[in-house]
Amino acid sequence: MQLILEKRAQASDVMNLLSPVLAILITVVMGGLIFAAMGKPPLTALYLYFIDPLTSWWSIEEVLVKAGPLVLIGVGLAVCFKANVWNIGAEGQLTVGALMGAIIPVLWGEWQSPLALLAMLCLGALGGALFALIPAWLKTHFGVNEILTSLMLVYIAQLLLDWFVRGPWKDPNGYNFPKSVSFEGWHLLPMWGDGRMHLGLVVALGAALVLFWIMRHTLKGFEIKVVGSAPRAGAFAGFSQTKTVWFCFALSGGLAGLAGLIEVAGPIGQLQPHISPNYGFTAIIVAFLGRLNPLGVIFAGILLAISYIGGEGIQIELGISSKITQMFQGMLLFFILMCDTLILYRLKWISAKPNQHTVGHTS
Amino acid sequence: MSPYEAILLTIITASTPLLLAAIGELVVERSGVLNLGIEGMMVMGAVCGFAAAHVTGSAWLGVIAATFAGIATSLLFGLLTQTLMTNQVATGLAITLLGLGLSGLIGSGFVGLPGVKLANVSIPWLSDLPYVGRLVFGQDPLVYISIALTVGVAYVLNHTRVGLIIRAVGQNHASAHALGYRVIAVRYACIAFGGATSGLAGAYLSLVYTPQWIENMTAGRGWIALALVVFSTWLPARLAAGAYLFGGVWILGLYAQGMGVGIPSQLLSSLPYVATILALVIISTNRRLSLINTPASLGQGFVPDR
Repeated sequence: MQLILEKRAQASDVMNLLSPVLAILITVVMGGLIFAAMGKPPLTALYLYFIDPLTSWWSIEEVLVKAGPLVLIGVGLAVCFKANVWNIGAEGQLTVGALMGAIIPVLWGEWQSPLALLAMLCLGALGGALFALIPAWLKTHFGVNEILTSLMLVYIAQLLLDWFVRGPWKDPNGYNFPKSVSFEGWHLLPMWGDGRMHLGLVVALGAALVLFWIMRHTLKGFEIKVVGSAPRAGAFAGFSQTKTVWFCFALSGGLAGLAGLIEVAGPIGQLQPHISPNYGFTAIIVAFLGRLNPLGVIFAGILLAISYIGGEGIQIELGISSKITQMFQGMLLFFILMCDTLILYRLKWISAKPNQHTVGHTS
Repeated sequence: MSPYEAILLTIITASTPLLLAAIGELVVERSGVLNLGIEGMMVMGAVCGFAAAHVTGSAWLGVIAATFAGIATSLLFGLLTQTLMTNQVATGLAITLLGLGLSGLIGSGFVGLPGVKLANVSIPWLSDLPYVGRLVFGQDPLVYISIALTVGVAYVLNHTRVGLIIRAVGQNHASAHALGYRVIAVRYACIAFGGATSGLAGAYLSLVYTPQWIENMTAGRGWIALALVVFSTWLPARLAAGAYLFGGVWILGLYAQGMGVGIPSQLLSSLPYVATILALVIISTNRRLSLINTPASLGQGFVPDR
């Protein structure tokens, strides 16, 4: 007996939905084994990691606050990946968006009006989109691989932010700490709940719903899917590959930039050298776990937000390095890709003897 | 030691990890596989190499552990992309994220501990020659290994049957399969080779470059190595030249910072990344040059029809 993969006649819709569930289960089991190997009680650790964040209103708020940027960036990336456009540099676009939006509180601190906040949001999105158009332009104009360029630009963006907060934009009354002036009044997002929840969550949900509608009911959505899955067919239909690349980068970069601005105008309230716990990279996992579907991304964003809060929780309770979060996130992506194999293939036992009967319907 | 010698020595130190990681990836890509997980394999090599060396006290055991850590990580990539037919781009990213997370976890107990440095080669009389002694005969062993690997890869790819098979598999996997070559097996072997050299590159960082464990100490070098492979148009000699050029850019930035020229340090730190983008643009504009050696099956999975 031997286990082989047999190609399905049609992609399985059931597995498409079941695969992430399976991947989560495998991740949890593997996580338990890792905790046990570290000499920690596995069940307690798993409870603290995945369930405890949902047992108090305070930590549910924390989860939602973290889910906001993940969903906002994740939906943009989902559209990109659907079009076979690989924007890996959302972290950099987030950084530049935050920088652009911060122009108003830093340079026009006295302009206090709802319009100032609106202008900040627009500048944030614009900054992210423009920064994302660099790899798009390099790809369509020179044929440079967008994966490498968008990733290199992450390092450049982070150094740019570092220079701003240590140099020209350093708070003159900040005791020489590397940070900008604290944002005040209309330069902060409206908050509610216990003072952590903010407008960002609404923006993220709105973006997910709008993109769901665009992808399902408009020609643009159809164009993106065709160019991504069958570029030749797309070309015959008159869909431009170049335009799709630009659209996807501008969209996902804009959303990432918006997420960055929302972080600095929301939970953080100022510019500082580090403004994101790798949201831009985690959002890649969010997009895949959410099946590249904007509605799925909402759930995936919440799950990965839990992984951040759970990681902090077990660090405090069990003294496990919070690095476990990144480890869990990587494992999750790994197992999703593995389980996704079952969408196009089925597992099949065959006898070890030469097998005439499978020849007929596999080839 | 004259200043020019010191600068050349540091350039070689900065270039070697890039060369090590890139020469392995060159072979992987020549066999038609795109492994974007170099950063992850490298950082796993760095942490395992450091840990093994710290625990045993032997830098060489560290080097060996790093090599195996790189191979193990690369085989995960192989399992997914070659056996389970997953998307190579996404899987490479997963390997990178997984490697960065796992290495942080393994290394959390080793932060700030003293490391073991791999000793430099010392040949009596030769290493003491003026001007060229240290440069040619007094490097650390991994520098010589990286050069030997580059020469070896160039020779094997172009002058041996094994190299011909690797190139055939990368150019047209269907034909190679029809001729009776085991495409998947060849690719697994190449992926493992890439893992081994990436592990070595990681070991270089944590046992030679800065003999300690710092989280995310690869700092994007894996991605720069990937860019170098594109820049080299898949030719080992050009790859070595590119690696030393990039090491030069890296060191130039550091020296300029040290001398306190009036340029912000962040701008100088960003030089290698800017240079990478520029190099990619330059090489991509030259269509003929960039397409002539591109493995035709690069990044495509191979499903044999049984």
